[in-house]
Amino acid sequence: MTARILINVPAKARRGEIIEIKTLISHPMESGFRVGFNGALIPRDIITRFVCTYNGEEVFRAELSPAIAANPFIAFSTIATESGTIAFAWSGDNGFSAAEFATITVE
Amino acid sequence: MTAAPPRRRTLAGLAFAALAAVAAAAAEIPVIQAMQDDDTANPGMLFVLDGEAAWNRKAGAANRACADCHGDARVSMSGVAARYPAFDESRGRPVDLEQRIEMCRGERQQAPPLQFESQELLALTAYVARQSRGQPIAIADDQRTRKFIDAGREIFQRRQGQLNLSCAACHDDNWGQKLAGAPVPQAHPTGYPLYRLEWQSLGSLQRRLRACMSGMRAEPYAYGAAELVDLELFLMKRAEGLTVETPAVRP
Repeated sequence: MTARILINVPAKARRGEIIEIKTLISHPMESGFRVGFNGALIPRDIITRFVCTYNGEEVFRAELSPAIAANPFIAFSTIATESGTIAFAWSGDNGFSAAEFATITVE
Repeated sequence: MTAAPPRRRTLAGLAFAALAAVAAAAAEIPVIQAMQDDDTANPGMLFVLDGEAAWNRKAGAANRACADCHGDARVSMSGVAARYPAFDESRGRPVDLEQRIEMCRGERQQAPPLQFESQELLALTAYVARQSRGQPIAIADDQRTRKFIDAGREIFQRRQGQLNLSCAACHDDNWGQKLAGAPVPQAHPTGYPLYRLEWQSLGSLQRRLRACMSGMRAEPYAYGAAELVDLELFLMKRAEGLTVETPAVRP
């Protein structure tokens, strides 16, 4: 199943305003420490990296660890500088990658 | 009503007490309440999105999608979850929403059944139930359903398991108290399937009931058992008038 993503970015903001950005992605975040029914370790499968760029410039980055729960929710803030695109990218184990973007109008 | 213990609610008082308590149960942890209310922070909404995709996907030998018969779920499924479990003629007993979806899948789509608690069944159920959000629960109380409601009430009040507890011993007599640091709720199933942070996933009411049963060291009924559906039916009847919250978020 492809990853489901929910993004909350204000559609409009005043220049210089601090805006809150909220992201949610579906992912099992299998820690690699759990044992399955057959007694063997379930291999680790997590998102390891999240990057947010604002008109191409990186504004936020997170490195995720095995202790983070399934369906990671990441919220952070940035300053609305100009109209444009805010892009989000997640990458992780087993070649996982997902991307989403939102547009913002700054007045 | 005579000499009822102080915490035993009369039917008339039920709606008020329950409304306050359900609000309180979630409001005790405002962060979780905020998470539930914000569709972009509620992890249950990820499953609703999956459910929407499944609703529109053709399946089975009939090569039909839910949408091919039912159209837009936002219209056709509005209010449905508020009246389930509901009596089904062909089975001669009430079926819950998951079972109804499975029946439709088997008979109309001619598709292999989904397993209880499978991602796809949870997602479809959440998507259907989401269309009833905010609508008051209204379970039919007629000749056909009454004996099943009574059977559910009997299970709710029956002491069982090694700890010799009944559902009512906690959820009628001691709601609002603490059990191992966590508040004991009134057990109104208003938001199922719901996202439980402990599960890190969406889960059905049957899963919750089974967890409660193993907690009181009783043998849980199997998924889909008639007893579980009767209990679901009774609990929904008991929660009548409260609004559907699906997909709810709980600790």
